[in-house]
Amino acid sequence: MNDIHIEVKNLWKIFGKNPTQALDPSYANKTRSEIQSELNLITALRDVSFSVKKGETFVVMGLSGSGKSTLVRCLTRLIDPTSGNILVDDKDITLYDQNELRDFRRSKIAMVFQQFGLLPHRNVIDNTAFGLEIRGIKKDSRHAIAEDMLNLVGLEGWGESKIDELSGGMQQRVGIARALAVNPEIMLMDEPFSGLDPLIRRQMRKELTSLQEEIHKTMVFITHDLDEAVSVGDRIAIMRDGEIIQLGPPSEIINSPANDFVAEFTEGISGNRLDELQSAASE
Amino acid sequence: MKLNKNTSTILGIISLILILIANSYLIHILKLNFLIEFPTDVSTHLEKSIDNSIEWTIVNYGWFFDYISDNLKYLLGQMRTFLVWVPWPITMIAIFLLAWKIASYKVGIMCVIGLALLAIVNLWEPTMVTVAIMIVAVLISIIIGIPLGVLGSKNQIADTVMRPILDAMQTMPSFVYLVPGIMLFGLGNVAAILATVLYAIPPCIRLTNLGIRQVDESVVEAGKSFGSNNMQLLLKIQIPMAIPTIMAGINQTVMMALAMSTIAAMVGAGGLGTEVLRAMGQLREGEAVIAGFAIVILAIIIDRISQGYIDKRTI
Repeated sequence: MNDIHIEVKNLWKIFGKNPTQALDPSYANKTRSEIQSELNLITALRDVSFSVKKGETFVVMGLSGSGKSTLVRCLTRLIDPTSGNILVDDKDITLYDQNELRDFRRSKIAMVFQQFGLLPHRNVIDNTAFGLEIRGIKKDSRHAIAEDMLNLVGLEGWGESKIDELSGGMQQRVGIARALAVNPEIMLMDEPFSGLDPLIRRQMRKELTSLQEEIHKTMVFITHDLDEAVSVGDRIAIMRDGEIIQLGPPSEIINSPANDFVAEFTEGISGNRLDELQSAASE
Repeated sequence: MKLNKNTSTILGIISLILILIANSYLIHILKLNFLIEFPTDVSTHLEKSIDNSIEWTIVNYGWFFDYISDNLKYLLGQMRTFLVWVPWPITMIAIFLLAWKIASYKVGIMCVIGLALLAIVNLWEPTMVTVAIMIVAVLISIIIGIPLGVLGSKNQIADTVMRPILDAMQTMPSFVYLVPGIMLFGLGNVAAILATVLYAIPPCIRLTNLGIRQVDESVVEAGKSFGSNNMQLLLKIQIPMAIPTIMAGINQTVMMALAMSTIAAMVGAGGLGTEVLRAMGQLREGEAVIAGFAIVILAIIIDRISQGYIDKRTI
């Protein structure tokens, strides 16, 4: 049985006019800023390859500008990659036409956004049911599903409330419920908790980990916070300047950082802290 | 002597002005008439060709304008007959309820007082005629304006084409709009409606365009990520989120339609504008002033109601 769910092969994303000129082998050894000054192109993703297993939580971590948001948008083609392949269930989604892409987005994948991306003119239940509505599912059945999802994320009874009556943490629960409602195989989480207060963030993280034990979705989780990466991730990819500089399970990242950059990241976290984090996560 | 940059710029400008003035004197002294009189041959040709193209349009597409004209006349006639037919207490109650529901009961009471003033000075019927013209013009503006605004927000080429046209439409003096109406439809209500629509439509197009462009990108992205097609994106996300801005545009359109429908009295529209014109023509200043105030009262009533709607939506 093939348990690879998403496979990303040699993915490049270059922003600017005539982006393909930066793919030329003569630029292979140049840094990102050299390419920018010579060609006036911005290399957001540079030859990125990795695979995600079924049911795995794969964390992509990096500072702002490292290309992690571009990467996650490529996975559902909100941004089209310049070159490379993305295989989901062995089908190359970079080759999909508009109709195939729409079906793929409707049935296989759902995304949770840092700014929530909720519709302020709708109440909670209609936000949660949005993905189902887009698919053309009837009101009664989509509301029933949405109700279940709201219960799952701890928002029972809030269905009729307006979005702006909810706190940030609750709004993101709606975001998660909306993603879960379409029963996707893959969940993309783009810094879902970065906009929240630290206390709420930790709580949401815990809830997500226990939720994931229940639902076992394949999850790609973007963050800039190592604590978060270590506590939710089965494996972590660390990105810098559009490249993955280290990829491995949390313990490996912390115990044997690939270079000084990673070491600097992990400095604050000792082996003990790692155990602590992981036991806290599994509670 | 050393001059800094500003001083030398100023000296340059002054000497340039002096040279231009000296040249003007020179031209007049030497009596170079061809430089004094502007060559005017071009304009007669231009006028001729415009005349010809209008004639050609009317000869070849007259049926089209007749068709529009007939339908608009019918629509306006119905609207007018209806508004005049409804007894005044019923209209007042309806406006009161509308204002109460949309804005507040204070606005409702104010509207009733305003309408009562209009009725007392014996301007009820002209008011209803003006309102009828305005309603028809606003409906047409919305039906044409919102789709054009949406098109402009989606399509960069359409936006680039529309922008200078809208700029021109908004800078043109309002009388100019009477011209195409008279040319194509002759004097009367239909010309008035065309002029009113032309004058009032720009804010509706502009603010629809702006409202859709201003919709939070993260929400649009979320919509796309769930597989929305373009129509779903537009109807479920972009237009609902742009409603406050679109309504601000419609408010402006309504106010401009009122202004124009009174000016359109000059092409025989009827209504309050005609009252002003007639009274002025007969040197009855008092009547003219009263009719002028009636227009102001009507404007305030309409603005309070539609502004109330916008305020409620945006809070």
